[in-house]
Amino acid sequence: MSKIPSELRYTRTHEWVKVDGDKVIVGITDYAQSELGDVVFVELPSEGDDFEAGSEIATIESVKGVSEIYAPADGVVVEVNEELENVPELINEDPYKDGWVYTFKVEDMSVLEDLLTADEYEAVIKKEE
Amino acid sequence: MRKLIWDRGQKDRRGYRIAKSQTPAVSIEKLLGDDYSKDSLDLPEVSELDVVRHFTFLAHHNFSVDSNFYPLGSCTMKYNPKINDVASNMAGFRDVHPLAIEALQGSLEVMYQTQEYLCKISGMDAVTLQPLAGAHGELTGLMLIQAYHRDHGENRDEVIIPDSAHGTNPASAAMCGYKVVEVKSKDGMVDVKELRKKVSNKTAALMLTNPNTLGLFEKDICEIEKIVHDAGGLIYYDGANLNALMGIATPGDMGFDVMHFNLHKTFSTPHGGGGPGSGPVGVKKILEPYLPKPVIVKKEHKVLLDYDRDRSIGKVASFYGNFGVVLRAFVYMTVLGKKGLEDASQMAVLNANYLKVLLEDVLDIPYSQGAMHEFVASSHHQELTALEIAKALLDYGYHAPTVYFPLIVSEALMIEPTETESPETLEEFAKTLKEILKNLETSKNAPHMMFIKRTDEVKAARHPILTRAQMLENK
Repeated sequence: MSKIPSELRYTRTHEWVKVDGDKVIVGITDYAQSELGDVVFVELPSEGDDFEAGSEIATIESVKGVSEIYAPADGVVVEVNEELENVPELINEDPYKDGWVYTFKVEDMSVLEDLLTADEYEAVIKKEE
Repeated sequence: MRKLIWDRGQKDRRGYRIAKSQTPAVSIEKLLGDDYSKDSLDLPEVSELDVVRHFTFLAHHNFSVDSNFYPLGSCTMKYNPKINDVASNMAGFRDVHPLAIEALQGSLEVMYQTQEYLCKISGMDAVTLQPLAGAHGELTGLMLIQAYHRDHGENRDEVIIPDSAHGTNPASAAMCGYKVVEVKSKDGMVDVKELRKKVSNKTAALMLTNPNTLGLFEKDICEIEKIVHDAGGLIYYDGANLNALMGIATPGDMGFDVMHFNLHKTFSTPHGGGGPGSGPVGVKKILEPYLPKPVIVKKEHKVLLDYDRDRSIGKVASFYGNFGVVLRAFVYMTVLGKKGLEDASQMAVLNANYLKVLLEDVLDIPYSQGAMHEFVASSHHQELTALEIAKALLDYGYHAPTVYFPLIVSEALMIEPTETESPETLEEFAKTLKEILKNLETSKNAPHMMFIKRTDEVKAARHPILTRAQMLENK
């Protein structure tokens, strides 16, 4: 059973979102990393790039294939986890902490209320399995 | 580990002798000056025998259709008749200088005839032979679409691509400067309802493979065509799976405006290990003015290179494309004829369906209705992953199927037997697969008999060793 920390919010595309002051930290869920298998490469956005909700913001390549990370809301990339360029396995080893992907300044924080709660996300996974 | 050719031989050992020069030697450094002279290259210094052993060793470790069954889905690894090679090795073709082809006519006639054949097979109005492979054909086709829209004063910047598409489709679209819009599949085919929502006045084109990567014929193709055309977009046909349709149905009749052929797949030329390929592009009348130049035309029994094309997108390859491959494809089509090509496609579909039935009780086949020349199986309910099955097959002398593609099927094994395999080969393959799924312990660590045993894929991807220097460092 994959871990789904109750204090985080989630997307249907398997990202987790953590509110940190006026920005959010985003990564992929434990379920997502176990489905992907060993991550071998992460293509990160540039700091300062702006994205619309739902657009592709980063790319994760695993031994099984390539998948995208989508922006959870409209906003601007503040910081990216450069560590992942050399140690992509952090996403497998510690998806909720050291494996974070980027931080994001969200235009309208209230839209984050629409994200899934841990319980709702668990239901989404159950459906996929 | 066998020594690399660089690690063999001795300093100053040579495999050749050059006759003594009749004229006095001049130092090349003196001629070129310091700006252009460099240290000598690090080339192997070996005898002729060292070279022969090196390449004979490599040849023995090569895998090809000539040695074994090669069911690599989407790649159409059919047998390449030797008569193709005989023709392409004839001095009259082989030794012709590319700038002399107009004067000599023979090669140019072959190219012209090949274009004519391809037009008939595809239902297109004109063909260029320039693109050097499938993805190059895609890029060329999209450039034609772009030229067409620009010429009509339209600025359309989106290309719609189904989620089952070959990875080259979105890559080519991005390369051409387009934004890629994905349309989801429903029951393994384009979801027409969703397509309706995705088309707009920004739609430049839809790219589609038919039969698609699941081996299914897109049965709503006429409706799809209408939706895209009504929105002002064009439709691109990815010819990777044309092997299922020769002489039976044409992309032209289905309403496609532009397409590429993979001559190396459908028309039998060797292409394992990356080529050389050939990706001619066929178009309907509306796109003809934009074709790469020179365009090969026939006027009063003479074949000519027409450079006088003011709306052409320009050249997309040096000279006229991979002529050796075009010639092989020409021989293949000529030998088989219309009926032969039709038979080939029917046999390809029959073989795929026969193998599918043989495997139905051990593998899950998620979209099993109406498979054409290939099918996608899944091992998701089995103890072995698709990768483990693929590796285990190697020990039995089979090339692995395509795995983990298309992306919409988990633990996917994409199997394309082609028309040139006998029923016995297919039965033997099915039997082997069943054995692999039974002998779990042996299969999990396979291959055991190969020159290179199980590799660490993760390490290879994270820390690839790509140069000799890296290899020595790693030792």
